[in-house]
Amino acid sequence: MNPNRIDAPGREAGELSGQLENGELTGATGPSPREAVPWPAVAKRQVELRRLSAYYGDHLAVKQVSLRFSGSDVTAIIGPSGCGKSTMVRCVNRMHEETPGARAEGEVLLDGADLYGPGVDVVAVRRAIGMVFQKPNPFPTMSIFDNVASGLRFTGTGRGEIEDRVHAALREAGLWDEVKDRLGKPGLGLSGGQQQRLCIARALAVEPEVLLMDEPCSALDPVATLRIEELIGELKERVTIVIVTHNMQQAARVAGTTVFMLDGELVEVGPTEKLFTNPDDERTEQYVTGKFG
Amino acid sequence: MESASLSPRPRGFLPPVSGRRRRVDRFARSLLWLAAGVAVVPLVLVIFYILSKGLGAWSAEFFTTDPTGDFFGNQGGVKSAILGTIEIVGAAALVAVPLGVGVALYLTEYGGDARLAKAVRFFVDVMTGVPSIVFGLFIYLTLVLAGTGGSSFAGWKGSAALALLMLPIVTRSAEVVLQLVPASLREAALALGAPRWKAIARVILPSAASGIVTGSLLAIARAAGETAPLLFTATIVKATTFDLNQPMNSLPAQIFQDLKQPNDELVQRAWGAAVTLVAMILVITLIAKLIQRRSRVQGAP
Repeated sequence: MNPNRIDAPGREAGELSGQLENGELTGATGPSPREAVPWPAVAKRQVELRRLSAYYGDHLAVKQVSLRFSGSDVTAIIGPSGCGKSTMVRCVNRMHEETPGARAEGEVLLDGADLYGPGVDVVAVRRAIGMVFQKPNPFPTMSIFDNVASGLRFTGTGRGEIEDRVHAALREAGLWDEVKDRLGKPGLGLSGGQQQRLCIARALAVEPEVLLMDEPCSALDPVATLRIEELIGELKERVTIVIVTHNMQQAARVAGTTVFMLDGELVEVGPTEKLFTNPDDERTEQYVTGKFG
Repeated sequence: MESASLSPRPRGFLPPVSGRRRRVDRFARSLLWLAAGVAVVPLVLVIFYILSKGLGAWSAEFFTTDPTGDFFGNQGGVKSAILGTIEIVGAAALVAVPLGVGVALYLTEYGGDARLAKAVRFFVDVMTGVPSIVFGLFIYLTLVLAGTGGSSFAGWKGSAALALLMLPIVTRSAEVVLQLVPASLREAALALGAPRWKAIARVILPSAASGIVTGSLLAIARAAGETAPLLFTATIVKATTFDLNQPMNSLPAQIFQDLKQPNDELVQRAWGAAVTLVAMILVITLIAKLIQRRSRVQGAP
């Protein structure tokens, strides 16, 4: 779709698939038969949760959820506040355990490799599975360019490669035309919607396989929200996207599959249209028709 | 609304402030003004007094000669004291600032609610309140009497006492600033695949840098004015030295020494040294304030 991206060698993806074929994600590099394949052409990843439970101390926030995020479309997770949808998503890239006292049980498989297996490098997991947060959170001390480059610098990408990938990521996030003349200006100088797209660019720059979005539009105005939703439509061609949202219309607009959660339990998964028009579960119907939540 | 419609007020919907409330307000305001005034008066007097007494002692020789005196009866200046203060405090800061920031990083980034972190926090709090002379005494007993390093009194032992004094101040201020770094920045860095140390080095520390520098400078300013811990660690000498293993002069010690002398010229020199010390501390504080203001403009925490 964008020439920079296609010309770039799919090193990260190749490395990762090499590791995944050995059934582990240890951060070690190995030869891969797919090494020469450019990033966008790599088959999108499938994420599978098996009996995943998440705790905050003694409180059980996610109860034995088994679920599959298919690589072929966008998955939306809906449910009332406090139902565990954010927590569940944070388990997928192992951010949940960063909260003091929090832990997770069960398995999260990225194309069959257990992210919670012994010896798995958390850092490698987070490089493969990017995340966009509820509130735009650009690094305040960094310029627009440095914000997007930060993930690459964290992972030790060579200087020569950084510039191309930053530009490519900004184009992908639909921000290039707005910021190309002020890449050296602080990221905080952008509007809220631009900041969120900057955060998306930052996440995309490390070329993740999966992108988790935790209510990415809840702090944005309707126009900025629309921009992000259009962006999701473009990105889903290349990245497996999971989006947590409070907004049922948003789920209906962007997602092919929708998951409904309630009190930490998975209530229903199905094609978005079916879930909103003809759900199997009574609680789903009550929620989507606005009877509670 | 309801009561207004039930009993319409003849003089309009919003009544004026009652006379009593206005009087109470005026009284309370004047009390606060008075309190502020009373607090400022002694501060202004101290500054004014030091300046009027001490500025007269300033001259080129005052800054360029040691307090040894010469054949012609000149008492000499305070060069060794100024340089000694800079050396001793500088060495103390070199140790205390990195150590204090390290402790603060442990407390905020790794310690959490662990037992060790709680113990460290407790001791830091206690150390903040320990009188400075106790640190001097501690160094005197452990390093000076033992003759550690082949010397009894030495500049670096004074630095050690000041470093002990600065450590809890630096730790406390850095911890407060680090806690102000939004958790969302930490999360953003970790979610990008940053190892924890890189998240700290590239995101958390830069975000908190101005606050840490400000806190450290204020700790330095505090230490620069301390006399008690230096008297029996670095002690009082006359000659300038750049060897931290030798006894070393300092401004507070020089003031202490000169004020005791039955000699007007020496007392005058003490006032001059006092102005010098206040000026040095003022400069450090102003730098700290400047850094603080600049960071506020940028919108960093």
